[in-house]
Amino acid sequence: MDLKQLYREIVNEHNLHPTHKHDLEDANLKLRGVNPSCGDDITLQLKVNDGIIEDGSFNGSGCAVSQASADMMLDLIIGKKEDEAKALADIFMRMIKGEATDEEIESLDEAAALQNVSHMPARVKCVQLGWRTFNEIIKDEAHEHEHNFEKDDDQD
Amino acid sequence: MSNDYIKDFPILQNREYIYFDTAATSQRPVQVMDAITEFYKKDNANPLRGLYEWSIAATEDYENARAKVASFINAKRASEIVFTRNTTESLNLIAYSWGRTNIRKDDEIVVAVSEHHSNILPWQMIARETGAKLVWLECDQAGVYSDEELSAKIGEKTKVVAIAQVSNVLGQPKPVKKIAEMAHKVGAVIVVDGAQSAPHMKVDVQDMDADFFVFSGHKMLGPMGIGVLYAKQELLEAMPPFLTGGEMIEYVTREDATYAEVPHKFEAGTVNAAGAVGLAAAIDYLQQVGFDYIEAREKELTAALLEEMKAIPEVEVYGSEDPAAHCGIVTFNIKDCHPHDVSSILDADHICIRAGHHCAQPLMQYMGVNATCRASLYFYNTLEEVHRFAESLKKVREELGYGS
Repeated sequence: MDLKQLYREIVNEHNLHPTHKHDLEDANLKLRGVNPSCGDDITLQLKVNDGIIEDGSFNGSGCAVSQASADMMLDLIIGKKEDEAKALADIFMRMIKGEATDEEIESLDEAAALQNVSHMPARVKCVQLGWRTFNEIIKDEAHEHEHNFEKDDDQD
Repeated sequence: MSNDYIKDFPILQNREYIYFDTAATSQRPVQVMDAITEFYKKDNANPLRGLYEWSIAATEDYENARAKVASFINAKRASEIVFTRNTTESLNLIAYSWGRTNIRKDDEIVVAVSEHHSNILPWQMIARETGAKLVWLECDQAGVYSDEELSAKIGEKTKVVAIAQVSNVLGQPKPVKKIAEMAHKVGAVIVVDGAQSAPHMKVDVQDMDADFFVFSGHKMLGPMGIGVLYAKQELLEAMPPFLTGGEMIEYVTREDATYAEVPHKFEAGTVNAAGAVGLAAAIDYLQQVGFDYIEAREKELTAALLEEMKAIPEVEVYGSEDPAAHCGIVTFNIKDCHPHDVSSILDADHICIRAGHHCAQPLMQYMGVNATCRASLYFYNTLEEVHRFAESLKKVREELGYGS
């Protein structure tokens, strides 16, 4: 799938009409994730009970790739056990590095379409933002932390 | 408009690609590449050290390049030219060496809000270390600094004014000669970042009376990894070395050392002689093209670009309406579209632009945006490319799923 096709068929829909982009009032886990160099800035909000992700959302702003990827991630992980979601996030991160098997990639449902971003180094941070924030939230299980995922690395 | 120069640029022979990112790094003509190869083929040895023919030839090549750079910016002496890696290193050298020695608590460091991070961070570091204060010059929407603003901020406590001759975001040239005069009146020095001006206009450091003037080779047809620090001789002589080590000494004992004369005092370690030779070839090339031609062509291309972009309703262009006040740099956003998405869509059409904060976040904050797109042109671009770029730009919103 070429890049324009990826936007047209997958990214635009999730960016323009996201299912999960709103605040979640009864969230018990919240974490802000930022890509400082491009201004992607989201807050991931999860409601986790007895190890099950009962609900989730995100809010914020950023490029279409970052927003769509976060929306797809929530599609995938809501209703799953934390451990299952963690395993899927791990597969996603490996897929972007080009290290996941076809079978693993298939388990990501629609998010598998983002595989091509692995060939676009400039967009890797965008596509990973939601997933990295999820990994941090699960690791911390702490509230209202802020994480910067990249350094100011594009000096002229 | 035909372009007689494209033939000299191997990478530009693939006409499917449009390179609009010269402000990040320019392309290089074959003459520059050949000069570097010739150096390695014929004269390669460690310059300034060896007592044999090849090392002497390498030394000559290196010092001839220094003389060429001096004449390029009309420095009084070749010894006022220090070779560095790039503009960033030149600015750090100034801050660490001159700044640490001369700036004290409660002194004021005047920095323009439109500066690149590399002319901000070294001064932030000096301010933190010394207790000096950073004072910001604020510009208008076009990137212009008013006389009132300049006289309000440059005062008795000012020790240094740090400003780019041309902003890497807005392209607006600044009256550095006038600013230098104001700085000198209060006993301050001026540090002029010439990274975006030296490739595009005739620079005369004596006429502008710059104390420091810095630029990079790679933005003006030269190779990556060679940059220039110009400073007035008396400043360089009074400054301590920045890096210490090989070939920057006069005499070394177990406890102490005396240093070589300027400029070698500031060029510790094996120098980038091939880079200097490449830069000299780039200067030859630029002088053969001529800045009159370069300026006229950039103005023509920028005027066409601004006109085509103005006709696209969802495109917002930042900076001056005057094409001559852009130095080939056009920064813009498309309504609702993130610059990284815009750049990716254009990339699919083989169009190279920059997207992001352009290492100028204080200016981005001032402009009220997170990021922007930047198209930057040079004399090797064409009107046909400008037109193709505009046609692609028109389709970006549709590609991102917006109605128009």
